[in-house]
Amino acid sequence: MATATYDGVEVEVNDEGFFTDPSAWREEMAPIIAKEMGIDELTPDHWRVIRFVRDRYLETGGGPTVRVLGKTSGVTVKELYRLFPKGPAKEAAKIAGIPKPVGCI
Amino acid sequence: MSTVAIIGAGTAGTLVANRLAKQLPRNDTIIAIDLDNSHLYQPGLLFLPFGKANPAKLVRPRRGQLSQRVTYIQALVTKIDPKENTVYLVDHPPLHYDVAVIASGSKIVSDETEGMTGDGWLKDAFTFYTLEGGTALRNRLENFTGGRIVVNVVDMPIKCPVAPLEFCFLADAFFRDRSIRDKVEITYVTPLDGAFTKPVCSSILGSMLKDRGVELVTEFNTGSVDYQRNTLVSFDGREVPFDLAVLIPPHTGAEYVFHSPGLGDDFGFVPTDPKSLVSKVAKNIFVIGDATDLPASKAGSVAHFEGEVVSHNVQHFLNGESLEEAFDGHANCFIESGHSKAMLIDFNYDTEPLPGNFPLRFGTPLLKESRLNHLGKLAFSWVYWHVLLKGRDIPLIGSQMPTSGKRFPAGEVRSPLSTQSRDR
Repeated sequence: MATATYDGVEVEVNDEGFFTDPSAWREEMAPIIAKEMGIDELTPDHWRVIRFVRDRYLETGGGPTVRVLGKTSGVTVKELYRLFPKGPAKEAAKIAGIPKPVGCI
Repeated sequence: MSTVAIIGAGTAGTLVANRLAKQLPRNDTIIAIDLDNSHLYQPGLLFLPFGKANPAKLVRPRRGQLSQRVTYIQALVTKIDPKENTVYLVDHPPLHYDVAVIASGSKIVSDETEGMTGDGWLKDAFTFYTLEGGTALRNRLENFTGGRIVVNVVDMPIKCPVAPLEFCFLADAFFRDRSIRDKVEITYVTPLDGAFTKPVCSSILGSMLKDRGVELVTEFNTGSVDYQRNTLVSFDGREVPFDLAVLIPPHTGAEYVFHSPGLGDDFGFVPTDPKSLVSKVAKNIFVIGDATDLPASKAGSVAHFEGEVVSHNVQHFLNGESLEEAFDGHANCFIESGHSKAMLIDFNYDTEPLPGNFPLRFGTPLLKESRLNHLGKLAFSWVYWHVLLKGRDIPLIGSQMPTSGKRFPAGEVRSPLSTQSRDR
């Protein structure tokens, strides 16, 4: 298992950089993770999505997919891709310290 | 004197109605409701585009599949009110129930994706998930002389998640048989990061695509279909051009679920307890088949295995007894791989599809192509109409997944989904 250090705290992450223990995440880590991924500044719109994604995870045990985000986060899919160009579901999940969302079977 | 209202008379609704007809005391009333009188044999849709199924033979009357004991109401359901225990219908008085069973399945929503139903729809782009779409695609494939075919799953979940892959395998065989395979490019475009969700199965199916020269494009979230340029465009700006697109549109639950307070999630699927199959909104509403939000396949075999648990639990509820927590997510699917061969996969919430043998006397191979499995898939049509819908158990295939015969890798394999549910 790999580790990463954010805001002076060492956390366990998987091969793709997703937190293995979401409870290790703190808000101060988010901008640092985002920067690593090429998102230089977290705007209030970014935060809205990050909080939504994390709340959903805590509530349901899974990160929302792009379709769920587009339908329920109050941010359109086009806008989501502007905020998180490499894939909103994946990028927001990584910044929010939750596992990579998986499609259902 | 209780009333059980079953919403939907497709695979799940019919088999649960017929099970209850045998099980419940004579003075209980069983009502099944659906919009029309056409029961479609959905597994046949896969064969339709290749001229291997007769559309007229895939449909039988819904009423004829139901036990005489079941009252059939043909009407559109507009709403269920879980607090008032009432189903609302068009041109029919509201119906009071003691127990409701949601069996209204899932439907495709082709207008959710920008441009999909534009002027190239049914001309250059088709879906085989409907009888009309499959028939139109058959006519187009019949005259297809070469070019680029793109098979695209727009978003999950979908019914029968292996069907789009089977379509690729059958298309490969179809064009080989016509000696024009070298003139046809086949590309499989998926929002997943591999051919399938479950790791072992995904890698085996991925190499089967490769063996057949089918290109795999992953993590593609289709944003729009552009018929001016016959191109799929993803939300992150990637493009996949096509001459012929076979699209699997996103799915939702039935329309009335969206209008029923507290019943469904954002996509009209009904939050359901994974083991007892009771809904999360009310103790007297049970859910079966594609209508649930469960991390199980949306497939007839799953509805069949759920049928035993749902019918028992309806009876337990009416008797004031505690519910069985017996469903394990069992699914059992044949995967057609072309040229009269098929594979069998068998899995549940916790165990992903693994190689080995299904524990029948003749050792049906799992996750491996064989002629026997193809014959099994063909024979299934008879089993469907005469055993499964009648609510009978299929001999030797229990509702819980058998673990014997499966080759478990060193260390236990758990699917990501089951890990998630344990973390809840």
